[in-house]
Amino acid sequence: MNIPGLKPAGGCGGGCSSKEKGADLHRRDFLKSGAAMASVTLAPGVTLMAMGSGVAAAANPDVRWGLLIDAGKCPSDCSACVSACSNEHGWENHGEDTDPQWIRKVTLKDRATGHENSLPVMCQHCENPPCVDVCPTGASFKREDGIVLVDRHTCIGCRYCMMACPFKARSFVHHPVEGQKASTPRGNGTVEGCNMCVHKLDRGDGTTACVEACNATGNNAMIFGDLNDPESDISKALANYPSIELRSDLRLNLGVRYQNI
Amino acid sequence: MERIIYRELKSTPQLWGLIVVLGAFIAAAAAVVLYIEHHGHIVTGMNNQIVWGVPHVFAIFLIVAASGALNVSSIGSVFGKKAYKPTARLSSLLAMSLLMGGLAVLVLDLGRPDRLIVAMTKYNFKSIFAWNVLLYTGFLGIVAVYLYAQMARGVHAVALKTAGLAAFLWRLALTTGTGSIFGWLVARQAYDAAIMAPMFIAMSFSFGLAMFMLVMIGTCTITGRRYGPKIRTRQARLLGIFVAVVLYFTAVQHLTNIYATEHHGVERFILLEGGIYTALFWIGQIFLGGIVPLALLFHPKLDVKRSLVILAALLVVMGGLIQLYIIVIGGQAYPLEIFPGYEVSSSFSDGVVNSYTPTALEFILGFGGVALALLITSLGMKFLRILPTNLSDANVSREEMGDS
Repeated sequence: MNIPGLKPAGGCGGGCSSKEKGADLHRRDFLKSGAAMASVTLAPGVTLMAMGSGVAAAANPDVRWGLLIDAGKCPSDCSACVSACSNEHGWENHGEDTDPQWIRKVTLKDRATGHENSLPVMCQHCENPPCVDVCPTGASFKREDGIVLVDRHTCIGCRYCMMACPFKARSFVHHPVEGQKASTPRGNGTVEGCNMCVHKLDRGDGTTACVEACNATGNNAMIFGDLNDPESDISKALANYPSIELRSDLRLNLGVRYQNI
Repeated sequence: MERIIYRELKSTPQLWGLIVVLGAFIAAAAAVVLYIEHHGHIVTGMNNQIVWGVPHVFAIFLIVAASGALNVSSIGSVFGKKAYKPTARLSSLLAMSLLMGGLAVLVLDLGRPDRLIVAMTKYNFKSIFAWNVLLYTGFLGIVAVYLYAQMARGVHAVALKTAGLAAFLWRLALTTGTGSIFGWLVARQAYDAAIMAPMFIAMSFSFGLAMFMLVMIGTCTITGRRYGPKIRTRQARLLGIFVAVVLYFTAVQHLTNIYATEHHGVERFILLEGGIYTALFWIGQIFLGGIVPLALLFHPKLDVKRSLVILAALLVVMGGLIQLYIIVIGGQAYPLEIFPGYEVSSSFSDGVVNSYTPTALEFILGFGGVALALLITSLGMKFLRILPTNLSDANVSREEMGDS
């Protein structure tokens, strides 16, 4: 893939300071932005980038990012969050079993009452993520601000994290990827999933693409914010109204919570 | 009675023919690996719901059978049964080669097999997968030392027994690790069960000894060396006990699940309503892979009918592959319970049984691993003094046969 102003830096992990010499201004600005990523040339024309130490370094340990989803405000015929995620990160779902889905709309029907609900499901950004536990190389990792990510440099494509995830939040890239977004590195043979728009957070947007899209529809079914800040909108909403986490029996302490299921 | 004399296999057209055939399987598997590497896993039957497929079934079978193939060595050195000692070298060699075959399949099915170096240099010690990398490489090292001790002249009996004990304990740890790959998965209804580890150990005893007996009988047939009916029958009866133990663990696994209401769904799926998985379970795993070999291996005429042993061992191997297919793929086919109590639907196969149609590519890769294991074993026997020239019952002395 071609990233404007960003030249392949070889397989040097996160830092690569010696390579910065001679790099153009564009690239230096990019690194300074805090969204530093390492890149490696896999084959002619295919560059894989990893959210490595640069991203981890940008995380604030005092923050825990989270999402609150109000199923009562989420219409069954709306998938604005899904489209926004797809556009933001460059994954496409054509309806094949092998296509990635970082976020999906799930329809629930209460077996006892027949009541129906619709809600989005994505990586729940567990405090104790099973995917991180089982990853043999440590490619699955959790940032200090609670975001669970995959380091594309060290993912060997074993898919054990997909076996371990209770929410089917991860997808495996089944074929070579073209036309990637500069902010979201992807690669054939590696695992990916919702990264809570880490690139947007690190550049100070303070929200995610799915939440922006949901608000734009006027449904306002999703709130993004800092779970550790008692004054944040999400903390206030959680304090005032009942909410649940999925598979609470697993005691994973999720970063995503739901209301009105 | 003659002395037990170990000799390399002679170069015969049959042996070289076998090596050429195995080489062809390996070449086909290598071509498949390059093809998948180039196109991605889209060319396989695996998808985002069934993330582990037929290659994993073969890989886990070979890895589990590897530790079990060491049984004969362990029984000889650690438990002092002399009748097993003449075939102990083959047991050790086969254990190493089966593990190499299984690991080859596992590694070559990775999304990024080119990053194997990452798996060997970066460890997350909370991952049972990472532990397994160490357990597998450690097993190869320890069994290599053990095999050397078995083959070298002048090795003290205590040293040999110590090496045998280390290898035996290590293989127990190894299979515990393999079973725990599934046993420690809390997310899925079909896994998350401590019984996986001991059940995998029982499976390894059974599959490993079946593979050992097939290789032993096959080699003796090709080379014309004798494999006396008494020693053969004794090993076959032991296989029968292992088959029974696997059936016992399988029964306990399912009965435990049936008792807990939360597992009724997955048990109903595997045992009653799972279509292909239910058919494979009852016909493939339990009847053909369990009950029939059990009946054959305790047949009163077993010592005069070698074909019964061969058929039983083949059925045990087939039943083992089927059992792993049900565990690995059946376990993924059953939908994740993310919303208990709700009917669930989505574009990502929520709430439905996941479908999987394995492709020929995956089978070719799997059989390539089997071929690699058998090729290493054949070459090992060709160039090293692994197998005795004569394993007639008279040669494995009356005293040795009488220690049971």
